[in-house]
Amino acid sequence: MFDLTGKSALVTGASGGIGGAIAKALHAAGANVGLSGTRVEPLEALAAELGDRAFVLPCNLGDAEAVTALPKQAIEAMGGLDILVNNAGITKDQIFMRMSDEEWQQVIDVNLTSAMRLCRAVMRPMMKARWGRIINISSIVGATGNPGQVNYAASKAGMVGMTKSIAYEVASRGITANAVAPGFIATAMTDKLTDDQKEAINKQIPSNRMGTPEEIAAAVLYLASDEAGYVTGSTLHVNGGMAML
Amino acid sequence: MSDVADRVKKIVVEHLGVEEDKVVENASFIDDLGADSLDTVELVMAFEEEFGIEIPDDAAETIQSFGDAVKFISEAS
Repeated sequence: MFDLTGKSALVTGASGGIGGAIAKALHAAGANVGLSGTRVEPLEALAAELGDRAFVLPCNLGDAEAVTALPKQAIEAMGGLDILVNNAGITKDQIFMRMSDEEWQQVIDVNLTSAMRLCRAVMRPMMKARWGRIINISSIVGATGNPGQVNYAASKAGMVGMTKSIAYEVASRGITANAVAPGFIATAMTDKLTDDQKEAINKQIPSNRMGTPEEIAAAVLYLASDEAGYVTGSTLHVNGGMAML
Repeated sequence: MSDVADRVKKIVVEHLGVEEDKVVENASFIDDLGADSLDTVELVMAFEEEFGIEIPDDAAETIQSFGDAVKFISEAS
């Protein structure tokens, strides 16, 4: 099951905890993997760890031209592009009353607009191939909201609506588009929390623990597979029961 | 019929699965040949490949019929 041999996948935000785990899972299933991110060093370290079939494709997703060029670079490096995982994301948390236009715009640009541009750019190769997988990493807060994250939650909810609309348009061409919505996942981002904060979070989660990046990667691997060909426009919530949607 | 028209017709027949005699000068891809909007995009992609040309989006939108396609491609290639 879930054999991706011969497929090529582009993963944005591959230098982060979740993105790295996604890249590893797709690679382990046999896919060629394009590792994108802003920080070259961790990408190169990951590529070295993966060995063959891993390609470093640095890209600043805030730069429209660089985003447009990325799928072309990925196709040049890997010979194709069958699976797109829009995982990169930033936060600029701020109480809404004080949220600046810049804090809003930067988060929307990187999380939502760059994902849209990449989805648009992969349409052509995927339509030609009559096969494609788009997997957008949303968030539980896109569905539930979260204080201090008006910009982030809007970008993640926006991804869900975008994903569904793309799914409608291209379903007849063998292309699926789905979202994965992680809950609290233990990464470098959550390591900064104090033990008290972590405990308070765990209390809200029926599973009573944070998820692991590998648990998100497993959801992505499933949606990328041939076996998930009849699943499109869905949002797979991976959150330990924190929000049962 | 010109070579371009023959090649365009072949693509249209194959892609839309229509009878060759339906593909006439004024045949609209969407209204007469049963294409949906995605089919028209794919036709343009197929034309680009067949003729080694690039059809920009604003030009692609003006290609509504078989005749439009033949005319555009004849002028572009």
